[in-house]
Amino acid sequence: MEEAGSVGIVETKYLTFAEPPSELVLECGRPLGPITLAYETYGELNAAKDNAILIVHALSGDAHAAGYHHSGDKQPGWWDIMIGPGKAFDTRKHFVICSNVIGGCQGSTGPSSINPQTGRPYGLSFPIVTVRDWVNTQKVLIDHLGIEQLLCVAGGSSGGMQVLQWVVTYPDRVRLAIPIATTSKLSAQAIAFDEVGRQAIQSDPNWREGDYYGKTVPRRGLAIARMIGHITYLSERSMHQKFGRKLQDKTAYGYNFLTDFQVESYLRYKGDHFVKRFDANSYLYITKAMDYFDLTQSYGSLEKAFAGVQAKFLVISFSSDWLFPTYQSKEIVSALRRVHAYVIFTEIQTDYGHDAFLLESEQLSSLITNFLSHGWNQKS
Amino acid sequence: MGGITEEIRLDETGTVVRLTSEHQLIIGLIEEGARVMDLGCGEGDLLLALKVLKKVRAEGIELSEACIQACVAKGVLSVHHGDLDEGLADYPDKSVDYVISTNTIQVLHRPMVLIREMARVGKRCIVSFPNFAHWLVRLQLLLKGRMPKTEKLPYEWYETFNIHLTTITDFRGFCRKAGLRVLREIPLRAASSGTCTEVKFLPNLRADTAIFILEAAKPPTG
Repeated sequence: MEEAGSVGIVETKYLTFAEPPSELVLECGRPLGPITLAYETYGELNAAKDNAILIVHALSGDAHAAGYHHSGDKQPGWWDIMIGPGKAFDTRKHFVICSNVIGGCQGSTGPSSINPQTGRPYGLSFPIVTVRDWVNTQKVLIDHLGIEQLLCVAGGSSGGMQVLQWVVTYPDRVRLAIPIATTSKLSAQAIAFDEVGRQAIQSDPNWREGDYYGKTVPRRGLAIARMIGHITYLSERSMHQKFGRKLQDKTAYGYNFLTDFQVESYLRYKGDHFVKRFDANSYLYITKAMDYFDLTQSYGSLEKAFAGVQAKFLVISFSSDWLFPTYQSKEIVSALRRVHAYVIFTEIQTDYGHDAFLLESEQLSSLITNFLSHGWNQKS
Repeated sequence: MGGITEEIRLDETGTVVRLTSEHQLIIGLIEEGARVMDLGCGEGDLLLALKVLKKVRAEGIELSEACIQACVAKGVLSVHHGDLDEGLADYPDKSVDYVISTNTIQVLHRPMVLIREMARVGKRCIVSFPNFAHWLVRLQLLLKGRMPKTEKLPYEWYETFNIHLTTITDFRGFCRKAGLRVLREIPLRAASSGTCTEVKFLPNLRADTAIFILEAAKPPTG
């Protein structure tokens, strides 16, 4: 799998820390330990250790951001279009790191992990985690890798929230920040969609208050949650262009409640596919962390939150994103400008909605490439 | 938007920028290390030149996504994708030394709102615009009875961005009405080889472009 532009075969690594009695105290006040972070790295850390880029993933992402896990692997990492030799995050120049968030289910400690005190999966006894907890655990990893200052932290959606939290919590540890399609606080509408997703999971009889490990998993509930989520990631226009009213494998209406339309089939496929790789409880924990994220509430005002930032920013929104609309990026930009940070802001014209950050985009790639190269050169 | 541009190599970085003669004149007006904002900064050439030549802290606002991409490619590290007709609400009073607007005020829907915003945010404003009272413009209307087209105003009436064209005399009155004091007027006319010269005699007739240096006449209210 030695194709141009790919980082090739990669391996997920693990870092375990916060062993009892030195547990990490989370924002909710509860201790958690030991904590394992699954992470991957691409490219080489240079001798000065100043070429490291931390990629932070969104709701359903994981540590596997680029490359393939084995030679027969058909599915590359979730941001493979952006990470690799000659790509926006160029692994010939940069050392790229991506780790799975805690509360997740892709190798980092989460509700499906075994609680060492009970020998059984945590389930709902897992403490509530927040975006700040995610960032604090990522910082342990960065310290472990011996990196004093990250060249860049970048991510979209709830990844963008982590970017903002990084520059606020560790202002001297980040030189360049790229929050994409994100917000400084989740809107009521987005919280509402998250809640509908959680309700779908929690009302699945197989959910059993989160205690379903080793039994039948609440796959219907999780699949519905994913279907709802997926609608919010697309735009009305992109759905229309992709599916219109086209029928699935038939030429006339069935006059029943089986699948008629392609869009139904697509959503069902997305839901079913998601259930195979994702844990329902993790969906609850991660969406809750997103819901709680509010820099204004945490720091008094957005300006106060950003008062000490040192990073230079590239803030990007997408014109058809109605889940994290452009005005929310503009709020971030306004506050950053009021504290005299260097900010590049642009809204990319696209029909692809919120998901645009995961799709191939010449504009997005060249913005990031140029921002990194000039930010790299201008060390002031 | 019209006007002769010249490619200039900025010595230190090797970056090439394209500047009009009025850009070059404006660069000469800015002190070293000033804070500068360029409204309608286009592809960022003036900002980059100011950053390299005058070590200014530069930021731009631009409506076009393609221009923002070009700015970032050139290394402008502060540029905002925004509509000037929405004002400058993000910026505190007197937060920059110079607010510059070259060849832009005439394309705005609400020039009065923006010029007041410029005077609020900037200690000084530098505004350039094409002079619609230039004799060539007058003659075309007078003799041919047609909408004028010149080097500075190259568009057909039905596709021009210039919806609020003005003259030097009108602009003076406009500034007074907006509560701005004119510190200096620099009427310019194109000279040979892409340069321009200041017009001393009959400026409103002979200048094709004007640069005004302005400041708020009184402290902003409210």
